[in-house]
Amino acid sequence: MTSVPVTIAAPRGAGRRAWARSLGRGLRFGLLLACAAFFLLPIWVMLITGLKSFDEVSLARMWELPSGINLDNFAAAFERLAPNLLNSILLAVPAAAISAVIGSMNGYILSKFKFPGSDLVFTLFLVGMFIPYQSVLIPLVLFVQSIGLSGSLLGLILVHVIYGIPITTLIFRNYYATVPTEIVESGRVDGAGFFGIYRHLILPLSIPGFAVVLIWQFTQVWNEFLFALVLTRPQTWPVTVALNNMAGTQIVEWNVQMAGALLAALPTLVVYILLGRYFLRGLMAGALKG
Amino acid sequence: MQVRRAFQGRWVAVGMLAPSMLAVAIFVYGFIGWTARVSLSEWRGLLPDYTWAGLANFVDLFADRRFHIDLVNTLVFTSFFVVGAVTVGLLLAILLDRQFRGDSFFRSLFLFPLAISLVVTGVAWRWLMNPSTGERLSGLNLLLGTFGIDPLAWHTSDQPWGIAFVALPAVWQMAGFTMALFLAGLRAIPEELKEAARVDGASELQVYRGVILPLLRPVLLSALIILGHLSLKVFDLIVAMSGKDIRLDVPSIYMWTTTFDANNYARGAAIAIVLLIMVAVLVVPYLAWSLRREAEV
Repeated sequence: MTSVPVTIAAPRGAGRRAWARSLGRGLRFGLLLACAAFFLLPIWVMLITGLKSFDEVSLARMWELPSGINLDNFAAAFERLAPNLLNSILLAVPAAAISAVIGSMNGYILSKFKFPGSDLVFTLFLVGMFIPYQSVLIPLVLFVQSIGLSGSLLGLILVHVIYGIPITTLIFRNYYATVPTEIVESGRVDGAGFFGIYRHLILPLSIPGFAVVLIWQFTQVWNEFLFALVLTRPQTWPVTVALNNMAGTQIVEWNVQMAGALLAALPTLVVYILLGRYFLRGLMAGALKG
Repeated sequence: MQVRRAFQGRWVAVGMLAPSMLAVAIFVYGFIGWTARVSLSEWRGLLPDYTWAGLANFVDLFADRRFHIDLVNTLVFTSFFVVGAVTVGLLLAILLDRQFRGDSFFRSLFLFPLAISLVVTGVAWRWLMNPSTGERLSGLNLLLGTFGIDPLAWHTSDQPWGIAFVALPAVWQMAGFTMALFLAGLRAIPEELKEAARVDGASELQVYRGVILPLLRPVLLSALIILGHLSLKVFDLIVAMSGKDIRLDVPSIYMWTTTFDANNYARGAAIAIVLLIMVAVLVVPYLAWSLRREAEV
């Protein structure tokens, strides 16, 4: 479609233009491949390092391919990180689930049951998404201590749920904005109340919204570092804290660190590969782009 | 009757929203206020001490050499990171603007780093950017060596240039995000507009310069704000790459170590408040702007 006016407009330089176009195409593809190589570089290094046997591993031969598939490094990393991977699962799954339920309810209210000042409330929520968490960290640590949840996963789940309110509310509010208000009105005419409309009309339409929020929150909580750093103890360290501490010691070899990093990245990476579409929608919502 | 029911629904709605409103009021606004109070106190030990200190902590902070290093590092990091992520993101978006077979593969590839933890990124890149020489020469330096380039010190370069190299993994992680923003912006430009310019005899480059890039300005603004505020808050990546290396120190790390290692809560809170103000200067006008735009639509 785009080439039609070009061929009409330029009979004289057509040959040169076709040549320029194929050159452009080649150049574009070359650039894309170069960028792809740059983006794959760290994953590639983690993978080939992880697959080498202990004898093969050496810094000077970092870029050489492994002689075969050897899981020594992954086994060593898994042995160290297994409890922390479990902690991350026990942390991220409930936090994401609770966040999604709260976000859905808030989004429903702020899009379909607006009250005077509700837009202001929404704006005040959004601010919470952008603040540097250092600015709440001292009271937060004191608070979690005071309710006796210091060092526990439960305390960290609570914190993630609370600071997840802005983004989950935002995603659901924008999602429900695409649901026609007539649906709510028709529910009202049929005599349904606040909860009836939600359960019978809104919830059945919410599955994609839940997919976006669950995937977003799971990824965020799994990857989070600062809260986990100050609110957990060694037994409850999620994998990000454990990996960081592993990388900070001289005891663990670099090849095991690389394998461990890949293990820590794997769950969210798999979710991304399988459900990337939903992840992208969460990402764009964070930029306030709907 | 119906009006009354709608009215009742509204009260239920407010009631159901109340727990979240309370949580945000306490944990965001209340805790910021509490931090501000600590920043005005003399709390320098394990036990809280709310003795009024006025602005003394801020005065001390701005006279502190380490904080000067932090501010310079933040400026250097932000410049390299934002310019890098915008440039790479825009390049990728332009390369992927026209659909072709396999374009979705590339798009997914450029976005995957966003799904992984900054700690993972930090661990991988600290070995890629390993500055060791001689026997232990490795990583990118090994690759550069095959092109005859001397080993670089990367993030262990002298302050403030070390942190400029930390922008490289940060760009690696975030360029896909800017690409996605720009792609959405590009897709929103009507085909007729570009076509009209082409019919008028504009070259492809002129179409970009004259038509497309000016229309991307709002997207560029969003990208600058989001990336800028992220780079002010940078923490995970630097800690994972270098622990507490003073050459790569930034306010977020200073706050963490001075509060939780040195128990200087008052100074930690003061740093947190300065950090918050820097972020707010960037984000609050943006929030107002994008909500007003939303209201206009």
